Amino acid sequence: MRPFGYVRAESPEAAAALVAGDLSAAFVGGGTEILNWLKDGLADPALLVDVGRLGLDAVEVSDGGLRLGSGARMSDVARDRHVRAEFPVLARALEAGASPQLRNMATLGGNLLQRTRCAYFREPSFPCNKRVPGTGCPARDGDHAMHAILGASDACVAVHPSDLAVALLALDARVEVLGVHGRREVAIEDFYPHAGDDPRRETALRHGELVVGIGVPSGPRARTSGYLKVRERGSFAFALVSVAAAVEVVEGVVRSARIALGGVAHRPWRVRAAEDALLGRPLADGSVADAAEAAVRDADPLPGNRYKVAIARGAVRRVLEEIGERG
Amino acid sequence: MIEVVPSEGGVVPAAVEVGLVVNGEARRLVVEPRVTLLDALRERLGLTGAKKGCDHGECGACTVLVDDRRIYSCTTLAVMQEGRRVTTVEGLGTPESPHPVQAAFVEHDGMQCGMCTPGQVVSAVALIAEGHAGSEDEIREWMSGNLCRCAAYPGIVAAVRAAAGGAS
Ligand SMILES: Cc1cc2nc3c(=O)[nH]c(=O)nc-3n(C[C@H](O)[C@H](O)[C@H](O)COP(=O)(O)OP(=O)(O)OC[C@H]3O[C@@H](n4cnc5c(N)ncnc54)[C@H](O)[C@@H]3O)c2cc1C
Ligand code: FES
Ligand code: FES
Repeated sequence: MRPFGYVRAESPEAAAALVAGDLSAAFVGGGTEILNWLKDGLADPALLVDVGRLGLDAVEVSDGGLRLGSGARMSDVARDRHVRAEFPVLARALEAGASPQLRNMATLGGNLLQRTRCAYFREPSFPCNKRVPGTGCPARDGDHAMHAILGASDACVAVHPSDLAVALLALDARVEVLGVHGRREVAIEDFYPHAGDDPRRETALRHGELVVGIGVPSGPRARTSGYLKVRERGSFAFALVSVAAAVEVVEGVVRSARIALGGVAHRPWRVRAAEDALLGRPLADGSVADAAEAAVRDADPLPGNRYKVAIARGAVRRVLEEIGERG
Repeated sequence: MIEVVPSEGGVVPAAVEVGLVVNGEARRLVVEPRVTLLDALRERLGLTGAKKGCDHGECGACTVLVDDRRIYSCTTLAVMQEGRRVTTVEGLGTPESPHPVQAAFVEHDGMQCGMCTPGQVVSAVALIAEGHAGSEDEIREWMSGNLCRCAAYPGIVAAVRAAAGGAS
């Protein structure tokens, strides 16, 4: 690790100003992700600005929904009784992520800002368009068992690793951002850009913008939501495929739905065609099978990750069945 | 705030003073900001119980308690823990008077080579306090942040169950 300076910011505003004013500065929340980058040569900040003790860790409940502080730890949010009862998809996605020790350290803000686990990206001796534009993507012809089956670009086939982001997409969450020019809100759907020419662009944040909170509307679907994560081992592994779903059933038929996939694309991936397949129909075998099929209709897998298509189809079906059984 | 002192060739971070309460004892040490809590414990305080297995948050060998919560000491900086209470395996018990979890690991053969054991023991202490020792499945899930290359898992799970007061 190269040497760097460290300051504990005294307020969110001060933190944003410190990083905005210094291109070589970076925030640190729990440190569970950025310390790996520092050790592996993926980042080289001259200054770390600690935002882990700014008091941004509240979990607040209002009529409209939830407001989660960006500094809240994954474990504390997952354990919250209101979150567990009213936003099951959120509690489950958080609890399915990382390990108990990591969840005790990791902040929600840091979770949203984590970067792909593509092994070629993480190891600087490989070429990688995401690290060094124009050098190529060894995953396409190499080991891409863990890579994207949806929405990839020619330049990059990496996937986004966050479980939290997938749950937030199914909940229409909004990310509250503080910059030197004030606050703004970004819908989670716009927080992660679509694949463009430059795979280095991973979020809508500008340098120095601090995530201060996440707003989660309770809406008609949050309570009837679920999360299913398929992993290579029983626990403590990133998703091969995950599914977050939230379904509103009124008088026996689906009035609205959100279905988002994780582990399949460079961003959490909403599948509108799968949502549409449910609308106006009972949440039952026929509609569920159609939704599962629609979820993977646009899949364009690589030779080494075709298996993900079947897993995604099955996972969508299972999570919808589980929501149906709960009623 | 911690000072950043300018020196030749740019801004070089000064070593910073960090105060920690380690195993009940107030300790002050001067470290560069880049020093992890794990390295501070092992290299500066001579507490070599917490192990450096992967140094990337993937194995759990470095598990310690900070303010009674289990964390990986390899993925946090010592300076980030300023003012906090740190408990390592050395703070749990002694060979003469082991912590009940330590005794249960001995009793139930919860180890082979022993490399992962300090992390397993500290993690198990927290798991029991969290109330996650209700069943074998629950223990396996909530011990998943501690890998064992020797695969001593059956003994580890038996030890955690016994220490938590379940059937042995
Ligand atoms: C072995 C391992 C397994 C894991 N498995 C999973 C998994 O299964 N699912 C999953 O979802 N995650 C997983 N993770 C990732 C883990 O959840 C993240 O490392 C963690 O959430 C990052 O949070 P942090 O607070 O530690 O971030 P940090 O390391 O402190 O920061 C990460 C990034 O976020 C930026 N940042 C931090 N806070 C803010 C803020 N408030 N505003 C703007 N930028 C900010 C930092 O500048 C940095 O760029 C795993 C990690 C490890 C090491
Ligand atoms: S050494 Fe810290 S988790 Fe492996
Ligand atoms: S006892 Fe050898 S690694 Fe666990």
